[in-house]
Amino acid sequence: MNDKLYRTILFIAALTIPIVCGGVVYALITDAYDAFEHFGFFRFLTSSEWSYTEGAEQYGALPFITGTLLTTLLALLFCIPFSLPVAFFVGEYFKGSRVASILSTVTDLLAGIPSIIYGLWGFYTLRPVIITLNISPQGSGILTASLVLAIMIVPYAASLSAEFIKMVPNDLKESAYSLGATRAEVVRKIIFPVAGSGIFSSYILAIGRALGETMTVTMLIGNTNNIPTSITSTGNSMASIIANQFGEADGLRLSSLIAIGLILFLITAVINMIGKMMIKRARIS
Amino acid sequence: MKKIFSSIMTLVLVLAVASCGGSGTSNGERKAQELSGAGATFPLPFYNVVFDQFSGVNGDAVAYGGIGSGGGIRNLRDKIVDFAGTDAFLSDKEMEEMAPVIHIPTCMGAVVLAYNLDGVESLNLSGEVIADIFAGAIKTWNDPRLTALNPDVNLPAGAIIPVFRSDGSGTTFVFTDYLTKVSPMWASNYGTGKSVNFPTGQAAKGNPGVAGIISQTKNSIGYIGSEYAFAQKIPYAKIMNQRGELVEPTSTTISASASGEIPADTRTSITNADAEGAYPISCFTWMVIYKEQNYSDRSREQAIATLDLMKYILSDEAQDVTSKVHYAPLPAKAKELSMKNLKTVTYNGMAILKD
Repeated sequence: MNDKLYRTILFIAALTIPIVCGGVVYALITDAYDAFEHFGFFRFLTSSEWSYTEGAEQYGALPFITGTLLTTLLALLFCIPFSLPVAFFVGEYFKGSRVASILSTVTDLLAGIPSIIYGLWGFYTLRPVIITLNISPQGSGILTASLVLAIMIVPYAASLSAEFIKMVPNDLKESAYSLGATRAEVVRKIIFPVAGSGIFSSYILAIGRALGETMTVTMLIGNTNNIPTSITSTGNSMASIIANQFGEADGLRLSSLIAIGLILFLITAVINMIGKMMIKRARIS
Repeated sequence: MKKIFSSIMTLVLVLAVASCGGSGTSNGERKAQELSGAGATFPLPFYNVVFDQFSGVNGDAVAYGGIGSGGGIRNLRDKIVDFAGTDAFLSDKEMEEMAPVIHIPTCMGAVVLAYNLDGVESLNLSGEVIADIFAGAIKTWNDPRLTALNPDVNLPAGAIIPVFRSDGSGTTFVFTDYLTKVSPMWASNYGTGKSVNFPTGQAAKGNPGVAGIISQTKNSIGYIGSEYAFAQKIPYAKIMNQRGELVEPTSTTISASASGEIPADTRTSITNADAEGAYPISCFTWMVIYKEQNYSDRSREQAIATLDLMKYILSDEAQDVTSKVHYAPLPAKAKELSMKNLKTVTYNGMAILKD
């Protein structure tokens, strides 16, 4: 009897999550339907017009999809030179040492900082630097947002990569050393091939994090609804356009914003799925 | 027994009379209410002072969320607030889509062109030049059209960074309404609205957000409610009005722009007013309430409190505050019309205020 009750409670609790998730997807789809029906799914994705003129409203997601993909891609590029060394430091060169544990704790701490703090730092510290360096006159833009995003995703990429590097079997490494390989050769020829897909997947998960980041990006990207023409120009990401405009949006505009939310949800879901799949494959091999 | 009965009856009668009297005048005994409103950030500094003073009258607390005019109207349409604050009056189409509402002007204000230029303490602008700056046609500060307006000022060669609002905003509405009136180019390309697709520059959320960007960014210029420029000590430009005078926004110059006719429902734009000494980007800001106050289970007392608030804002005591916080008091005509409009507000179809 007791056991049965226990199982029922567990079952209900576990079932709640898929139901909530399904509900979110259902709500997104029903609310986004108007926009897709009015503009056509494909045209909504490829139109760069975002115009509120009453009676002639035109909404397209292209500038925001571009903004999101561009900031994410740049953030990934900027994050690799910092996260990969940390991963090797912690996972291989100084594995198990005190310095390594301090370094990994500090890196993980970065993940715990609320995004608004990153936004403030970017706004008051990084933006003036960008202006003084004459990179862009207004300071805000794709580049500024990407730089801060890069710092935000370092812990996600670094700590998971370090785990995969640690998992490389010792006998493999030792046999390489016994054949006279240097440390650099071991890293290049043993650790990279073995842990490679794991490292790759940790970056995929970091991308998933960067895609949906809202607050920081909204504070730094400049919030203009145009397709960015260079990495220093201002733009808007999918998350930031929603944050900026949902407050007063209604009708078709609200539906368009929700449609953007749905697209963002799908992109993030696909990317996370790829990441999970690669982790699984990495573990099996 | 009979005595008890009659005394109860008397009590009931007294209570009934008392409650009638209370509902008639609305100044009578009623419980302190909690009112909630949302909308424009533009008049927020004025509202903060007025709501504080108003709480001293009847003990009513007013919670006002500065979420932008667009958001305020949406909350009112969703019937989750007692009133909405807006700098852009509702269009005829918007009025049709909602249950009947009335607009109560609360004060007048100015949208100023605030700028951040090293060593420049005074800047003159004209409507056409502002339109061209925000359309990206005038790109640098030492453009001949700017130097012609500012012969005594040494303008830098840097690129102009226009700053605008990223959210739906009554301030944007007033600003673009002005540009539409003075620049045919602006009218045909961008038009008037709470959100407009500015082609260049960068955007921030809310008046405080735009003020923050301007104060942090060299060579930038943006439009904000005057109080925000005063508060952050950001300099703002003198603007040429229809009569060709260069005017600074002050209580007097703002008031001067409302010397014309005001329609019965007070929905009117006073930008680019043809009056002597008028600051050209002046505006009314309104509170919008439903004509029928019984919605979303609101009590009669809450409806009365809402009207008390409107009446208080129209009173001299509240209007005196306006000039202290860099707004301007309402003209007598607007107050008169508003009192008349308030009398049409009902609860269950019955007028709340009596003559």
